[in-house]
Amino acid sequence: MLTYLSIIITAIFINNIVFSQFLGICPFLGVSKKTSSALGMGAAVTFVITLSTVVAWLLQYYVLEPLELGYLQTIVFILVIAFLVQMLEIVMKKIAPALYQSLGVFLPLITTNCAVLGVAILVIQKSFTLMESVTYGFATSIGFTLALWIFAGIREQLELTPVPRGMKGVPVALICAGILAMAFMGFSGIKIG
Amino acid sequence: MSKYWKLIYNGIVPGNPVFVLLLGMCATLGTTSSAMNGLMMGIATAAVLICSNAVISAIKNFVPDKVRIPAYIVVIASFVTALQLIINAYMPALNASLGIFIPLIVVNCILLGRAEAFAGKNPVVDSVCDGLGCGIGFTLALTILGSTREILGTGKIFGAEIFPEDYGMLIFVLAPGAFIALGYLIAIVNKLRKAN
Repeated sequence: MLTYLSIIITAIFINNIVFSQFLGICPFLGVSKKTSSALGMGAAVTFVITLSTVVAWLLQYYVLEPLELGYLQTIVFILVIAFLVQMLEIVMKKIAPALYQSLGVFLPLITTNCAVLGVAILVIQKSFTLMESVTYGFATSIGFTLALWIFAGIREQLELTPVPRGMKGVPVALICAGILAMAFMGFSGIKIG
Repeated sequence: MSKYWKLIYNGIVPGNPVFVLLLGMCATLGTTSSAMNGLMMGIATAAVLICSNAVISAIKNFVPDKVRIPAYIVVIASFVTALQLIINAYMPALNASLGIFIPLIVVNCILLGRAEAFAGKNPVVDSVCDGLGCGIGFTLALTILGSTREILGTGKIFGAEIFPEDYGMLIFVLAPGAFIALGYLIAIVNKLRKAN
C-alpha cells in the first residue's frame, strides 16, 4: 500500500510532470488561458495517459520482449497512442456526445503531447509492475491537470495586470511558471516509507 | 542558389522554432541544463528533421491525404529509432544526459509541424534546406539557452570557468531556472524584433 501512496505523492507533487520533468509543456502553455478549458484538457489527458500506459505495458512485456523487438518500442508506442486517441474519439462520439462536444478540440492534440509518450516510456524504464504503472500514469495525469489548473488561474489574473510591453504573453507566463516550479520544489524534501 | 539560402535563413532568424514559433518547448526546457547538452540535443533533432523532411517530401505523392499524419509519424519515429540506436552504441554518456528526451524527439512539434507545413508540399531539395534552417535555428536557440543557464548557474560555459562556481545561482540549472531564463530570452528577442 505504501508503495502506491509513495508513487502517487511523488508523481503529483515531488516530481510533477510539468514543473520538474518538463513534459507536456506545449498544452501547458497553449491551453491554459481559461480554467474551464484547462480542466477539460486535463480530463482528456488523464483518460489517454492511463489507457495508453496499460496498453504500452502489455505490449512491451507480452509482445516486444518475447519477440526480441525492443528496438521498435518508440514506433510501436507512438502508433498505439495515435490509435487510442482515434478510438477514444469515435467511442466518445457514440457513448458520451456531451463530453465529446466539450473535449472535442483537445482530443486530437493529445497524440503529440509528449507527456503521454513520456509516461509510457518512463514506466518501462522504471520497471514498474502493471498495477504500479496504472497508478503512476493516473497520478501523473492528476499532477498535469493540477499544474494546468493552477497556471490557468494565474493567467486569468495576468490578463488584467499591467505588464511591460516586451514581456506580454508568453515571456511573463514562462516566468510565472518558473516561480510556480520553485514553489513545487518545496515538496522535494518529502520522504514516504 | 539564393532561394535555398533564403529557406535556410528563414528557419534561423525570422522563423526561429523556439524564440518565434514557440515549438518544441519540452526538449528546449528539459535538455538545456548546460550549453553542451543543449548543443547536442539541437544537433540530434536537426539530424532527424533533415532526414524526415527529405523522405516525407519524396513520398508525398504516394501517400493518400487521409493517412498522411500517421505516415509522417512513422517516418519520423523510424529516424528517431535509428538515432537512438546510434547514440546508444557510440555515445553512451550523451544517452545518459539526454535520457528520455531522445525518444521524445518523435513528439517534438517542430518535426510534425515542418512535415505538415512545408515538406508535404515542396520538392525534396527545398525541404532539406528548410529542415537544415529550422535545425540550425533550433540548435542555436538551445545552445544560447543552455549557455545562459550554465553561466548564471555555475559560472562556466561549455565547461570553461568564467567566474567561481560559488557565485553561481544554482536555481538556473534546476527546473525553475529553465522557465525563467527562457521567459527573459523570449522577451529580449521580442524587443529586438520590434526594434527592427
